[in-house]
Amino acid sequence: MTTDQQVRLRIDNLSLSFGGVRALIDVSLDIRDGEILAIIGPNGAGKTCILNCINGFYKPQQGEIVYNGQKITRMRPDKVAKLGIARTFQNIELYTGLTTQDNLMAARHVLMKQNFITGALYFGWAHKEEIEHRRTVEEIIDFLEIESIRKKVVGVLPYGLRKRVELGRALALEPKVLLLDEPMAGMNLEEKEDIARFIIDAFEGQGATYPNTPVLRDGIKTIILVEHDMGVVMGIADRIIVLDFGRKIAEGTPAEIKANPEVIKAYLGQETEAGTG
Amino acid sequence: MGLPSGTFNQGYAQDMAIFRTRTQWVMLFAFLILLFACPLFFGDRILTVLTIIGISIISVHGLNILTGYCNQISMGHAGFMAVGAYTSALLTAKLDFSFWAALPCAALAAGIVGIIFGLPSLRVKGFYLIMATVAAHFIIIWVILQLYGVTGGADGMAVPRPEIGGFVFKSKASYFYLVMAIACLGTFFAKNIVRTRAGRAFIAIRDNELAAEVMGVNLWTYKLQAFFIGCVYAGVAGSLLVHYVAFATTDQFPFMNSVWYLGMLIVGGMGSTMGVIFGAVSLKLLDELVTVVGPILAAAVSPQAASSLGLIMRGLVILLFLIFEPRGLAHRWQMVKSYYRLWPFSH
Repeated sequence: MTTDQQVRLRIDNLSLSFGGVRALIDVSLDIRDGEILAIIGPNGAGKTCILNCINGFYKPQQGEIVYNGQKITRMRPDKVAKLGIARTFQNIELYTGLTTQDNLMAARHVLMKQNFITGALYFGWAHKEEIEHRRTVEEIIDFLEIESIRKKVVGVLPYGLRKRVELGRALALEPKVLLLDEPMAGMNLEEKEDIARFIIDAFEGQGATYPNTPVLRDGIKTIILVEHDMGVVMGIADRIIVLDFGRKIAEGTPAEIKANPEVIKAYLGQETEAGTG
Repeated sequence: MGLPSGTFNQGYAQDMAIFRTRTQWVMLFAFLILLFACPLFFGDRILTVLTIIGISIISVHGLNILTGYCNQISMGHAGFMAVGAYTSALLTAKLDFSFWAALPCAALAAGIVGIIFGLPSLRVKGFYLIMATVAAHFIIIWVILQLYGVTGGADGMAVPRPEIGGFVFKSKASYFYLVMAIACLGTFFAKNIVRTRAGRAFIAIRDNELAAEVMGVNLWTYKLQAFFIGCVYAGVAGSLLVHYVAFATTDQFPFMNSVWYLGMLIVGGMGSTMGVIFGAVSLKLLDELVTVVGPILAAAVSPQAASSLGLIMRGLVILLFLIFEPRGLAHRWQMVKSYYRLWPFSH
């Protein structure tokens, strides 16, 4: 990890509490261009809270979140999305009544320009725009290998596919920063491998294979991954941040984290003198 | 929904087309020709029914975008129709506007009032929003009744018939054409709105408000846009109604109409442009059935039984649809279409 890489997103001394419950305590971290940052920690450590603060769902009481030199703390979620920050959810949050293709088209919202008046007239501007964005959406469908469910309503799809559609929807927004909240939760080994491959491929970029989709062509330079599966995290993350009870307890490369006694203590508990744990 | 055997899409424009095959185009034109030939076959009574159905379709299109697509349940739709109706009535009767200038003003006025009463939707949802829209209906009607000097209050006011270049839309047939032309246009616009950017934003809000916001949909503007579009349709329908009757009173916009419009949506299928048409036609035809069966029932059983027959029938139909086919007639129609697409080989 070289330090000359540009810092894309910086979190300074973030504190968030719900009444007496302190969800995040003085957490600072930064995410640089060209890295996959994993946030791990036991249940209730505050991992998702960080993502929710970046998104603007939660309004942290203290601290700042700076994206590309711009303060985005307490900004409205849709404005954050417009800046190019997309995410997936731990519990899938798709538009259940729409087809796979329309879910992805709906994510193009921030990149489209037509309003309901040109939409009502349809022929002309709206039609042209639909086709233009459809082309990109089809490339994302192609990339994620979900062609067969293109016209299926997502509400009826199996869990693994819905997770994949949700990743597709996040990609369709063409984000600069992608926040993934447990993309592998509840999946079997093969599905995990598939998703891991998609994440790495989307991160690296696919070049000329997908000429109409900048996000697939050039890759997403910055990914934040919240995940419980240590195999996946150690395998694909460049850097790991460990949270425990709202505090950052460690930061480093996968190898450093594996050897960190604080982390082992948080996950496995501390051995007492009597050895009962 | 698959394509008929042997038909393949080449390019996205074909894939997006509503009318894809030659048969579909033929069916569309056959329907339009039959529709506009109606005055040749039918008498004034049936034309009146069809005109009222047309006005209901326009109104329910608005409610469908607001409630069926954006999930902002409105029980004040008749009230918003009244706004359009009185705007148009006042402009034509008092200020000598032509109907053609008054109609867009009516649409705009209803839309703006819709936005005002839509403001609570940013804070309240579901049941509480229903209460807010119910209040909207009664406030609107109350204001109209109070402005006696302007609107004639409970006495109502006379409204001129529309005219164009000396031709007055006085006959039932001519007004039928006017309403149906606007209904067709309204259907075209409604379908296009829901299949483009704004429509997908509405559906996103309906299906998952949380995700919609994270994916960049501004809830504030899009909910208000849904209210605006929904009430513009209501305003047009209200204006057409008072110019048809040539008289405006608040009795034309009873609260129960708001409920029946929602009923039409339920019967037809929420969130479906075809469903709007199915719903409006079927509930209005049910009314006609009641006017036929009613007198027979009155003679056979008792006048009391006949007087409430209409309410009972409508209530029963809506109830049965909620239980057995919550997705409405539109969904049945889809099932029939897919069945015949594969017939006689069902697998």
